[in-house]
Amino acid sequence: MLGSGILKGLAETAKNFVGSYIDESGLTTIEYPDERQTLAENTRQFPFLVFDGDDAMKGLRCVSCQICEKECPPQCIFIVKSKDKKPDHVGKPQFYPATFDIDLSVCMSCQICVEVCPFEAIKMDTEFELSTSDRFGQLLLHKGQLAKPNSHFQEIHPTDAAVSDAALAADKAKAEAKAAADAKAKAEAGIPRPLASSPEAVTIPPALGPPNLPM
Amino acid sequence: MEQIDQIFVHLKHGVVAFLPEGLQPLVSILISVTAIVLVFPLLFALTTVLERKGLGRIQNRPGPNRVGLPRLPTLFPWLPKLRLAGFGQFAADGIKSLTKEDIVPREADRVVHFLAPFVLLVPVLLAFSVLPVGRNMAALDLRETGLLFFFAAGAATELSVFMAGWSSHNKYSLLGAMRAIAQMISYEIPLILSSLTVVMMAGSLSLVTIVERQSGVNFGFLHGWHVFTPWGFAGFWLFLIAACAEANRTPFDLPEAESELVAGYFTEYSGFKFALFFLGEYLGLFAISGLGITLFLGGWLSPFTFLNWMPSWFWFFFKLFLMIAFFIWLRGTLPRLRLDQLMNFAWKFLLPMTLINLVVAALWHFTNSWNPALRWLLGAILLTFSYWILGRGFEAKFRPRTYRYAS
Ligand code: SF4
Ligand code: SF4
Repeated sequence: MLGSGILKGLAETAKNFVGSYIDESGLTTIEYPDERQTLAENTRQFPFLVFDGDDAMKGLRCVSCQICEKECPPQCIFIVKSKDKKPDHVGKPQFYPATFDIDLSVCMSCQICVEVCPFEAIKMDTEFELSTSDRFGQLLLHKGQLAKPNSHFQEIHPTDAAVSDAALAADKAKAEAKAAADAKAKAEAGIPRPLASSPEAVTIPPALGPPNLPM
Repeated sequence: MEQIDQIFVHLKHGVVAFLPEGLQPLVSILISVTAIVLVFPLLFALTTVLERKGLGRIQNRPGPNRVGLPRLPTLFPWLPKLRLAGFGQFAADGIKSLTKEDIVPREADRVVHFLAPFVLLVPVLLAFSVLPVGRNMAALDLRETGLLFFFAAGAATELSVFMAGWSSHNKYSLLGAMRAIAQMISYEIPLILSSLTVVMMAGSLSLVTIVERQSGVNFGFLHGWHVFTPWGFAGFWLFLIAACAEANRTPFDLPEAESELVAGYFTEYSGFKFALFFLGEYLGLFAISGLGITLFLGGWLSPFTFLNWMPSWFWFFFKLFLMIAFFIWLRGTLPRLRLDQLMNFAWKFLLPMTLINLVVAALWHFTNSWNPALRWLLGAILLTFSYWILGRGFEAKFRPRTYRYAS
């Protein structure tokens, strides 16, 4: 009969209405500032620069290669290369960014900068409460604001951080082994013995820095 | 109890008696007007919050529950945070709409555009003047023309809707206004025809008299509300459906269908004028609910004789509250109709039903001497049968659609 569907619908909504007062667990709303959802591990908002050790400026992993600046789709990264060099994590002297700015209002959280960085130097943060009261000054984040310790990375993205740390450790071990081998070769150079150079030394010229990292 | 029941009436008389003879009628009118202008907009403010909370609960969300009293932490750091369960929301909304920019489109007809919200509000407020909200509490008892006055004032709102739609110079507005006119005119007929049964039975157009006619007692405890008769029951529901359409409430809110018309006829209104439209719509809903209460639900009468000690105005507002709650419930349940469905429903179902209801009411009148149960049965059978027949033809038209190529 006409109207039976309406009655059914009315019963359904009445059930929801009354039920929501009896059992609040059915309400799907999370009342945000008071309650928070636990973020998924892969949450990403905005990049930050990873540094090792205690001093943010000294430990910055970024070598100012400017790959990320070129790759960033909306072109929101601005880097000025330093004139001098400082040692990186394996002890090799490298350039560092004299200026490293990212425009928060332009960044689209695509993570491409992270994907292309060969030095594990830039990663995505999960922080999302980024609003400021000054839309011109404070939305352009500088090197100091962007630098965050590796421990922060380990905390927010444990899986990714483990992979990244392992790659860096392998890298370092290789560099040390090579340094030791070089030292040995130097020491043995006095003995006249025609030695073919080791295959590794040929394939990886030291000037290229660390080999490709697993991404 | 008598004192509480008549407290507002005595209050008014008390104030008026202090004044010189010549001023008395004027002040008396002013007081009544002030009461209407204060009470119903306040009710509107309350309803907006209740509606949002109710709809929220229906959709399994908490609804607004944050805005309480403004705290001004710099001025009163000791003041605790009072949320009042979100009932401060209406004040926040009001302040917002007052401070918003009032944008008038460049192409708009400025004068008409400006006047439209007022043309909506004034007749709606006028309509309240004939509603008896309590014993001796009708601002204006038009003995000969009460109901007619109400409908005349109500019909004037259509003018406002079309003024708004036309003057905005916007296709959405115009389409919304055209829909509104088509809908309101179509539904005005069942609305008036369903009220006509009451006029036939009560033999008066005065709303005060109509309420008094319902004060008879059945079975020793039940007041003789019109809704307790077959024609009254059917008439009430027909009236309710038509009222829903008149007040542009879901499922008949086609004139302001957000999904296709942005906001219908008030698309081009912003700030306080928008708020006035909003207010006007709700006041219209209250007025027509109030009329439904007066015609069918015994007005300010209590349902049972043993509850007569409660003040009459309490009963009116309690019933009004229930009606509003029902409209909110309906809004949370039903989707919007299509325009052709709307028209079909008005002309092919509501109109014949109201006509049949008129016949049933006439039968009821002429079978006064019969056994009440028999009389009841006759009316109920006649109405149910015609409802079934009409509904069947109506339903046959709206089977679930099969999509030949899409599925
Ligand atoms: S996340 Fe994407 S948009 Fe943002 S800085 Fe990195 S590359 Fe640019
Ligand atoms: S790609 Fe990595 S190392 Fe190169 S400039 Fe960007 S953050 Fe620095």
